[in-house]
Amino acid sequence: MTRTVSTASPPAPVAKRDRPSGRRSRHRGPGRGTWRQQPLRRLTPWLFLLAPLALLVTFTYVPVGNMLYYSFTDWDGVSPERNFIGADNYTEVFTRPEMFRVFTVSFYYLAASVVQIVIALYFATVLSFDLRFRNLFKGILFFPYLINGVAIGFVFLYFFQDGGTLDSVLSWFGADTDHAWLGSPESANTSLAGVSVWRFTGLNFVLFLGAIQSIPGELYEAAQLDGASRWKQFKHIIAPSIRPVLSLSVILAISGSLSVFEIPYIMTDGATGTSTFVIQTVKFAFQFNKTGLASACAVVLLAIILLITWIQRRLVPDEKVDLV
Amino acid sequence: MGKKALSAALLAATMLTVAGCSGASGSADPNETAVAPLDPGSVSGDITVLTNRTDLVQDKTMEKYAAEFNKTYPEVKVEFEGITDYEGEVKIRMNTKNYGDVLLIPSAISKGDYPDFFAPLGNAGSMKDTYRFTDKTDVDGKVYGIAAYGTANGFVYNKALWKKAGITEWPTTPEQFLDDLKAVKDKTGATPYYTNFKDGWPLAGQWTNSVGSVSCDTQASDKLAATDEPWGEGTDLNALDTLLHDIVHQKLSEKDPSTTNWESSKTLLAKGEIGSMMLGNWAIAQMRDAAEKAGENPDDIGFMPAPFQQNGQFCATLVSDYQQAVNIHSDNKAAARAWIDWFTEKSGYSAKDGVVSALLKEPLPENLEEYVDNDVKMVERSEKQTVQVNAIDDAAEIGLGKQDYRRKLIDIARGAQDGSLQGYFDELNERWSEARKTAGS
Repeated sequence: MTRTVSTASPPAPVAKRDRPSGRRSRHRGPGRGTWRQQPLRRLTPWLFLLAPLALLVTFTYVPVGNMLYYSFTDWDGVSPERNFIGADNYTEVFTRPEMFRVFTVSFYYLAASVVQIVIALYFATVLSFDLRFRNLFKGILFFPYLINGVAIGFVFLYFFQDGGTLDSVLSWFGADTDHAWLGSPESANTSLAGVSVWRFTGLNFVLFLGAIQSIPGELYEAAQLDGASRWKQFKHIIAPSIRPVLSLSVILAISGSLSVFEIPYIMTDGATGTSTFVIQTVKFAFQFNKTGLASACAVVLLAIILLITWIQRRLVPDEKVDLV
Repeated sequence: MGKKALSAALLAATMLTVAGCSGASGSADPNETAVAPLDPGSVSGDITVLTNRTDLVQDKTMEKYAAEFNKTYPEVKVEFEGITDYEGEVKIRMNTKNYGDVLLIPSAISKGDYPDFFAPLGNAGSMKDTYRFTDKTDVDGKVYGIAAYGTANGFVYNKALWKKAGITEWPTTPEQFLDDLKAVKDKTGATPYYTNFKDGWPLAGQWTNSVGSVSCDTQASDKLAATDEPWGEGTDLNALDTLLHDIVHQKLSEKDPSTTNWESSKTLLAKGEIGSMMLGNWAIAQMRDAAEKAGENPDDIGFMPAPFQQNGQFCATLVSDYQQAVNIHSDNKAAARAWIDWFTEKSGYSAKDGVVSALLKEPLPENLEEYVDNDVKMVERSEKQTVQVNAIDDAAEIGLGKQDYRRKLIDIARGAQDGSLQGYFDELNERWSEARKTAGS
């Protein structure tokens, strides 16, 4: 939003500059002269904004507004009749502890995202130096992120199947595990979190790589002249300069692990203790026809994520990085 | 200035949102009955038929039906829309007026809302004499849907495999059934029972549809609305879910339920690698098909009732599948009704697919011959209280027609989740009775 506002403001200095000119005498009232005389000038940025704003409002704010409204009703999702029931849905969300119990599943994904960030950071650092087949490796690492989540779900379903890819690969190394990978809550959640690492490492990797490559090359040169090792270069040059991206990644990781959906929904449908808050919400809405309650759940999840992000920003403020 | 305009826009959007929420009301006349025309040549128009059978749309079977239909009704143009996620998608579309002319009533629509969405097809009193399953869509004496077909419930099994295990008679008690499964496992090495845990739906409706097969009671489903303990001692649900629990608990089902696959399970059953599955007789045609493709004998596919007897007689519930209805906003209600009637009476669909026709005068399909020969009593379940039962079910978040509660049952049975069968039944009973206080009254 701040961005749209700032795009609208550039004409203002123009208006100021115009003020001392002779035009002002003809029109009373400071500043309004330019508006009267050059309405198009003030209007142009808004005209440009019209299309994106219309899209933004139609596809983001109207649905969110709708959801907010539904969360105060007992709507079942189809019935033409819906009653306003005040905050009853919210009361229900907060008085049923089992609804929040599913957040324990998020810890698997949170742990996985730590692994994911470490892996991504490692590869981003390594590949930022001049290596052979550098671009090939970049492609390989980023590739999983480009695949549709549903497709990934199906691929890994075969991967974890009894006698599937994982089992056969393990048996090449002589390990006949005979383990039902998705069979117990712990094993299933770990497997699913593993899939999530495989999928999202590429995104983190690209973010880190971009940040690392924006560091001016002279810094490395200077460091090398001073005899800094690769590790020291990482510690004193790379790490501080990618802090904003790192903190962004952490926010994404936390909000991502709270709202995991696709992978467990496709692969296990939330069975065997793999249900997440979003899966639970979807089931309220589409299995038990409690659209009102589901909307309230969605609003609560949004609030939780905003809250956590806010706390995190307070704890780790976004400092300006100044390397030079 | 910029900020103000933006917030004004947002405010406007919010207002619009709230105002726009009144949804589809429609000015359609709720009393206008959709009647098929007397003179087939006189009716014209385009109709869209929504169906969940995407396979039949893709392989042009539906188009062939339409061509056949056009021989009688030359002026009607029929288009099909196959929808994979039928329930989810149609439910959302029903918030608008645009949900086809003929559609299958999604189970999410509560019965009391039928008059808002569908055109009445006739009076219950007169339709009862022609069609089965009319009380499922009977609202205040008017019928809103005609069943696409019905299905009898039981276990699809591989006869040759069971014979190899030395079993020729249908088991009459759950204990005997479990012993038979054990024999299948020990003597043939096949998986005696396949839960289809991952796909889920074979755990949902297929098992719940058998409520009534145990007690032989046509009111079995309706009675759920009046009981606080649907899983109490001696109830249908208790008997069925205990059976499923024991099958899994005694390791008579597939080793890794979390990665099952329905499509491949058909072939496995046909090949004799799977012993049995709880399904309806609708599945027999698909199984025979799979057997033929796998080079096996389609006649090996057998169908047996649930292993319970009342007074020495097996019972099997006869329940309807989706009901075909006419959109109340349709401009071509006569054509739409003509299609439904033609499809039900003349298409030969139910005979071809080996399912029970919605017409009373049609005989039971061939694949139920053994049921008839063995004097299995067909229980056509009453659906009078379905509205209440569903309301309680939704409020309790159990989902009798959904897979999740039986998935948990299986998890408990195989030790993947903590709990005991009785403890789980108690919990379900408690949730049900709790929900009854607020819903379905």
